[in-house]
Amino acid sequence: MTALAAQQRSALPVRALVISAALAAVMLVAAFAGLRYGLLLLIGLGLGVTLEGLRFGFAGPWRAMILRREPAGLIAQLLAIGLAAAVSMPLIAAHAGELMGAHAPVGLAMVGGAFVFGAAMQIVLGCGSGTLVNAGSGNAAAALALPFFAIGSFAGAYHLDWWTGLGTAPLVTAADAFGPTGGLAATIVALALVAAVALGLAKPGDRRVPRRLLIAAAVIAGLAILNLVVAGQPWGVVYGLGLWAAKGATALGADISGSAFWSAPANVERLSQSLLTDVTSLTNIGLIAGAMLVASWRRGLNAPVGKLPLRAWIAAIVAGLLLGYSSRLAFGCNVGAFFSGISTGSLHGWAWFAAAFVGSILGVRLRAKLGFEGGGGK
Amino acid sequence: MTRLPVALAVFAAIGITIALDVVGSERLNPFIAPPAIALGSGQAASGAHCAAPAGAR
Repeated sequence: MTALAAQQRSALPVRALVISAALAAVMLVAAFAGLRYGLLLLIGLGLGVTLEGLRFGFAGPWRAMILRREPAGLIAQLLAIGLAAAVSMPLIAAHAGELMGAHAPVGLAMVGGAFVFGAAMQIVLGCGSGTLVNAGSGNAAAALALPFFAIGSFAGAYHLDWWTGLGTAPLVTAADAFGPTGGLAATIVALALVAAVALGLAKPGDRRVPRRLLIAAAVIAGLAILNLVVAGQPWGVVYGLGLWAAKGATALGADISGSAFWSAPANVERLSQSLLTDVTSLTNIGLIAGAMLVASWRRGLNAPVGKLPLRAWIAAIVAGLLLGYSSRLAFGCNVGAFFSGISTGSLHGWAWFAAAFVGSILGVRLRAKLGFEGGGGK
Repeated sequence: MTRLPVALAVFAAIGITIALDVVGSERLNPFIAPPAIALGSGQAASGAHCAAPAGAR
């Protein structure tokens, strides 16, 4: 007990330094870029701390549901989405100009992209937010997958126009279909139905959701709402990653003006401006740093890196590319499409959920065959 | 090998990316930044999001 107390005392200066550095970074961004951007970095840090600290994930709970019919993590996700929707949808309806939802059309490439994303996220056990969090906490497979996720996201956005041309339905939102109040009610009822099915499939002893996940769901929902209120747009991940690669490509002399996406005025502006003024880049950086903060706090960075066979490292690279590319075609990942799409009333969020879950069933089987079951992924 | 060098490498890569980006992008200017909170600002949402289709906005 005395040794433990001494160990905790010796860790205090390091912990204080890490937290001070994170807060200093927030203040520097606020001072040099603007208060909104400092706040967004802080929100990202909060998301990273919550996801890593309370072990709230997306890919892992889907795997638990598919393999063992354990619904707790999935129920927590649905709860977080429902809580976010309860505030976000009325806010967007009342402030349509200032706030926008994650609204996108359902299409062939969108559904196919979500299916591929679901499979790839089970192979590396890391989704959009999960890859960032895992990389921040020192997971080597996620750290390797991350740059390829960015490259894939850039390439997917580059080709997005061609893919959406294959067949895209008109944009449908819950508010358009049922009105603002009816749209929210329909979303909550649909989330409750999915939760009921998940609970119905579970064994009686596995139906309880741990308090940790309930707290995490509430905090994640609160931070997602803050993201919407501060940025004017919902929480997202993959746009920022694609932007990082696009900036790298242009810095190396690449001409990307042939892409309808990257030559659109809004994206040309983003390419010329600093990443410290880009909403999703800031929250992404915060996610990585927040996870790193928790990992160092828990001394998790002293844990050994799991040994993986060569084919697993190659699979991490390929899966990273696929995660990035497919999430652009799907108009978002588990965050931008599933969480933010559904919580702001977009039909594409539901289509994404269905297609990605089917893809996950395939991905769970592929993961074992690719040598990841030895312990390198998280 | 522990997770520490991996986390440090990720941290360094992010730091270098930001530093190079700040040097290569338009100068940061907090005085032309949008209001701190979008809600109630009276300004249209202008950020870029994953759900935006090609050529949007």
